Amino acid sequence: MLLRDIAHSRTGDKGNISNVSVIVHDMKDWPLVQERLTPERLRAHLSWLPVEKIERFSLPQLGALNFVLHGALKGGVTRSLALDAHGKCLSSAVLELDLNAPACD
Amino acid sequence: MKTLRLGTGAGFSGDRIEPAVDLAERGDLDYLVFECLAERTIALAQQARRLDPGAGYDPMLEPRMRAILPIQTRRRFKIISNMGAANPVAAALKTLEIARDLGIRGLRIAAVTGDDILAAVSGTDFTVLETGETLRAFEKPFLSANAYTGAAPIVAALEAGADVILTGRASDPAMFLAPLIHEFGWRMDDWEKLGRGTLVGHMMECGGQVTGGYFADPGYKDVPDLANLGFPIAEVDADGNFTVTKLPGTGGRVSEATCKEQLLYEVHDPAAYLQPDVVADFSNVLIAQEAPDRVRLHGATGHPKTGMLKVSLGFLDAYVGEGQISYAGPGAEARGQLALEILQQRLATAQPALRESRGELIGIDAILGAMQPDRRPAREVRLRFAARAETAEAAGRVGNEVESLYLNGPAAGGGVTKSVREIVAIVSTLIPESLIVPGLEVLES
Repeated sequence: MLLRDIAHSRTGDKGNISNVSVIVHDMKDWPLVQERLTPERLRAHLSWLPVEKIERFSLPQLGALNFVLHGALKGGVTRSLALDAHGKCLSSAVLELDLNAPACD
Repeated sequence: MKTLRLGTGAGFSGDRIEPAVDLAERGDLDYLVFECLAERTIALAQQARRLDPGAGYDPMLEPRMRAILPIQTRRRFKIISNMGAANPVAAALKTLEIARDLGIRGLRIAAVTGDDILAAVSGTDFTVLETGETLRAFEKPFLSANAYTGAAPIVAALEAGADVILTGRASDPAMFLAPLIHEFGWRMDDWEKLGRGTLVGHMMECGGQVTGGYFADPGYKDVPDLANLGFPIAEVDADGNFTVTKLPGTGGRVSEATCKEQLLYEVHDPAAYLQPDVVADFSNVLIAQEAPDRVRLHGATGHPKTGMLKVSLGFLDAYVGEGQISYAGPGAEARGQLALEILQQRLATAQPALRESRGELIGIDAILGAMQPDRRPAREVRLRFAARAETAEAAGRVGNEVESLYLNGPAAGGGVTKSVREIVAIVSTLIPESLIVPGLEVLES
């Protein structure tokens, strides 16, 4: 099951840090997302991204997780050579994650 | 007790103007707030001011004021904006000139200053957060240092009877928090109220991003009429809880989903959103649809402020040169790859040397890393090569090398574009708030 089928997401940036929210459309899917969408799993999914550290914050009353990706923006919006210097496209990449695939340890 | 109506007239400097005009005309607003300052904008504005002492405010100030001031004189709402950028006094003088030109008399225009602390922090031992060095030891001279200031100087301007308030680097939420403090008489140590008012500002500061902008994903999250997206209105109660809505007849959507996405936008720990006036806590916020395009946000709180202010420091980092060229049809991807190899070989020995470079094929690996190897080959690719250099001349070599592929590269390359950009970059530091000396100047048309 792709995350996109049950959740939506938005990316924000501050300096060299990107944050990606993942929010379930229906609260019935919250336990699954909360259990399976770990920082480790996200890191494996975004293996091409140079992330130093991933923090995860949980807002169960909203069915929302907030991931903070430190060092994800290659020097930040003002210095990065990347086409998408803000990392705005990251949220869509996160929604490609398959929650049923075996997690990498 | 009265409910205050705050509208957002812009979420960034280049934002659409018509939705702000619509809000001004039909919104029955008490306040209209224009948020126009990004992290780097203020450093660029400081450069403009150095070249011309009368410049350094937002280039869109004039068209915005010309569109809004005539409505304001009839509808009597107040305007708050950080369009002052690096020069709030010049922005106020310009606004005064526009008001007089429009025949508006008795308009009180305030310039809030004090955020520019370049002189106070230059050569000090405050720490650059990104590198751990002192400001004194930093590799480059700073062009600008602007502190994110809080609501108090804006409240002072409101107490002075200002109709239009122009600030520099005020924190974005503070522009919404200030009128709530002023109108509801909140104390500056009522952390719960300040936390709630900060949430109002946080939800509102990006304009259309809470009314259905930055949200649509066809078939999954559909949003009607984005071409006529309505900007948000917050209806705020005296206890700081509020409803987000938009004008009837405008495009977009205000839903629990749009509000949840915006709640977490650019937030790290939702329990500790650091602001000049408060550490806002959004961790227990409840979000509920109360009617179509009306969403209630309830239960934010706050904790005592840290007493420290974040400062954005601008410096001239480098020049970035970039070139792009397209390949299409059978073998497009292979020709794009060949072109990349040629560029890498040519630019590896460039003198003066490039500091960092990046080559990619847009549509293949430019944004999300390499795609699956078993996919079908792309029919079109666009090569992009970008590099950083110390001088504009060295950076210009990149675009020229890409352009040379027309005659010297793989078959059938087309549509070259090239550019050289001067990069003003930003780092940050923290200073005690006591370093700020707020200033207020009020003009009358």
